[in-house]
Amino acid sequence: MDSYKIQQHKFDVVVVGAGGSGLRATFGLAEKGLSTACISKVFPTRSHTVAAQGGIASALGNMGEDDWRFHFYDTIKGSDWLADQDAVEYMCREAIPAVIELEHYGVPFSRTEDGKIYQRPFGGMTTHYGKGTAQRTCAAADRTGHAMLHTLYQQALKHQAQFFVEYFALDLVFDSEGACRGVLAWDLNEGALHLFRGHAVVLATGGYGRTYFSCTSAHTCTGDGGGMVLRAGLPLQDMEFVQFHPTGVYGAGCLITEGVRGEGGYLTNGKGERFMERYAPSAKDLASRDVVSRAMTIEIREGRGIGEHKDHMHLNLMHLGSEVIRERLPGIAETARIFAGVDVSKDPIPVLPTAHYNMGGIPTNFHGEVVQRKGDDNDAVVPGLFAIGEAACVSVHGANRLGSNSLLDLVVFGRAAANRCAELIRPHTPHPDLPASVLDTALARFDGLRHAKGSTPTAKLRLDMQRTMQRDAAVFRTGQTLREGCANIDKVYAGFGDVQVSDRSLVWNSDLVETLELANLLGQAVATMHSAEQRTESRGAHAREDFPDRDDANWQKHTLSWVNDAGETRFDYRPVHMYTMSKDVDVVPPKKRVY
Amino acid sequence: MDAPDAAELGRLRWRCRRGMRELDVLLAGWLDAHWLRADPAQRRAFSELIEQQDPDLWVWCTGRAPAPRADWQALIDDFRATAAH
Repeated sequence: MDSYKIQQHKFDVVVVGAGGSGLRATFGLAEKGLSTACISKVFPTRSHTVAAQGGIASALGNMGEDDWRFHFYDTIKGSDWLADQDAVEYMCREAIPAVIELEHYGVPFSRTEDGKIYQRPFGGMTTHYGKGTAQRTCAAADRTGHAMLHTLYQQALKHQAQFFVEYFALDLVFDSEGACRGVLAWDLNEGALHLFRGHAVVLATGGYGRTYFSCTSAHTCTGDGGGMVLRAGLPLQDMEFVQFHPTGVYGAGCLITEGVRGEGGYLTNGKGERFMERYAPSAKDLASRDVVSRAMTIEIREGRGIGEHKDHMHLNLMHLGSEVIRERLPGIAETARIFAGVDVSKDPIPVLPTAHYNMGGIPTNFHGEVVQRKGDDNDAVVPGLFAIGEAACVSVHGANRLGSNSLLDLVVFGRAAANRCAELIRPHTPHPDLPASVLDTALARFDGLRHAKGSTPTAKLRLDMQRTMQRDAAVFRTGQTLREGCANIDKVYAGFGDVQVSDRSLVWNSDLVETLELANLLGQAVATMHSAEQRTESRGAHAREDFPDRDDANWQKHTLSWVNDAGETRFDYRPVHMYTMSKDVDVVPPKKRVY
Repeated sequence: MDAPDAAELGRLRWRCRRGMRELDVLLAGWLDAHWLRADPAQRRAFSELIEQQDPDLWVWCTGRAPAPRADWQALIDDFRATAAH
C-alpha cells in the first residue's frame, strides 16, 4: 500500500455537504460561535438544491386562513402514516420562523401587492384537515433553491465558517466507544488526504437517486453519507420508499411537468393505445402520480412498451397545437427538443417513470442526531453523528413526501442540528487523541480502489446497477420480481470486487471519484431492494401487487437495514412515533389515504 | 492524450457536475464529444462559461434569453445539437 501523508484539521463541528441543509447547519453553527468546517465535493451553489424550483411550505397564512396544525395533518396523511408525528409537529411549527428567518437573511421571496410573501397552492396541501385548499408554498420566482443556497452561503461566510470545496468525503472516523470523531476526505484538486476532526460530524450529503437508470437527480446525487454510514456498521431506515415521477424524458431523466397532462397531453403505449383509460376510467391521464407511474410500468412489463427495449411510453402533445404549447407550457417544447430530439408539435415525447426523491436515509431524531435501536432503546443516539436533509430519515416524509416539504426539511433540520450542537459542544473544546490505527481501514479501502485491477469498468457496473433497480425496484413490485431483483442486485454488488480503475493519479481523477461514488450507491441499492422485498404491504410510494393494502397491524414501523462488506443484509425495526411533541396538537390516527 | 490534457479534462469534467441533471447532460455531453478537438479559444470560452450560475445557464440553454457572449452562445448551440443525438 502507498503511504499517505495526512493533513489534520481540528474544528468543533464538521459538516459534509453544502446543499440547503448543509449550508443552513454550517451558518447556524458558525453563528453560535462554534468553529465550523464545511466540506463539499462541488461548489455550494451547484448542489442539487438548485433544482428545487417549486418552493417551501410554511403555514404563514398570508393568502387566507392557515394553521401549522393543518400542515401537520397534511404531512402525516401524505406520509401514509409512516412519519414520526413528533418530528412532523416540530417541522410544521418551525416552518413559520424558519421562512421568516430566510426572508430576513435576504432570500428574495415573491410578494403580494401589499408586500407579504406570496404563497401558492401545492398538491396535498389543504386547510381544515382536507376540506379546503391551502396556499402555503413560498417561492422566489422559479429560483427558490438557488436563492436559498446563495443566501445561506453568504451568511455562512459572514460568520467565518471555513469551506473546503471540491473535497470528497471518504469515511467517518469513530473512537473505540463508537462516538464519531471526524471524517477523512480527499482534496480532488491537490490530491492530498485530510482528516477533519470534529466533536460532531453533520452529514448533509443528499439522496441516492443515481441508483436508478432513470432519475431526476443531478449526477452528484450518489448518497455518499449513506454509504459511509453503512460502512460504519450503522443501519439505514425506510430505504424501500422512493418517490417516482411519471414523466421523465427517456434516457435523460429530465422532468416533463404534470401541467402537460393538465393541458390535455396524453400517454400511449407501443400499440398506440391510450392505456390510462383502462387503469383510471374517469381521471385517465390526470390520475395521481403513483397511479400513472404504476400503469406505465405494467404496460412495459406486459410487453407493450416502445422502442428497441420496449421500455418506455409516449407522451402526446401534437394535437394541442404549437400556440397552446408555447403559451401554456413554456420550456416544454425546448426540453423535449434538446433531450429527446423531438418536435412536440409533430412527434410524441418518449417518457418513463423516473426516480425523484428518497424518503429513506440515515435515521435521526428531530434534533438531527443519528439514532439506532439498542436493546430496549428505540431512539439511542450515536454520539457525535448527525444527518440532515434528503440524506436523513427523521422521519417527516414517511412513505411519501409532499411537494414543497423538502426545502422546508432542509432548513428546519439544518437549523435544529446547529442548535443541538451548540447545546452539546463548548466552543474550542480540545480533541482527545485517537490511536494511530484509526484510519487504517479507510486508507486501505481508498488505496485498494485506487489500484483496482479488475476487468469491469465502473461505468459498466453502474449501468448494471441502474438497470436492475429500474427493472425490479421501481414502481411495479411483487414478491417474485423483488426476489429476482435481490439476486440481481447482489450479483452486481459482488461484481464490484472486479472493478477496474485505470487512472492511479490523485489529482482530478474522475475515474476514482466515480468508483468511490459507485461504492456508496451500491450499498444503498442493495438496502433498497432488500427492504422492498421484505415489506409485505403497500404504503405510500411502496406499492406491492401481491399485497395491495396497507397493513398497520404488522407494518406501521420503520425498516432498519444493514449491509455488510460482503453485501449481506440484515433487518430490524423501530416503532413509528405515534405521539406529538406538545399538547398543542393531537396525534392523527391512521385512516385510509384517499384524495 | 498528454498528462496536462488529462488533468485539465478531469478538472473540467468535475466542474460539469451541476445542481441540475439537465445541465449535467448538456455540459458533460459537449465535453466528451468536442473538447479534445476544440481550439484554444473554444476551450477558454467553455472553461469560463461553466463558472456561471446554474439558473443562468439553464435560461440560455433553453433559449429564454441569449447568452451575453457570442462565443458562449455558439457553445450553447453546440450543447443542444450534441444532446439531441
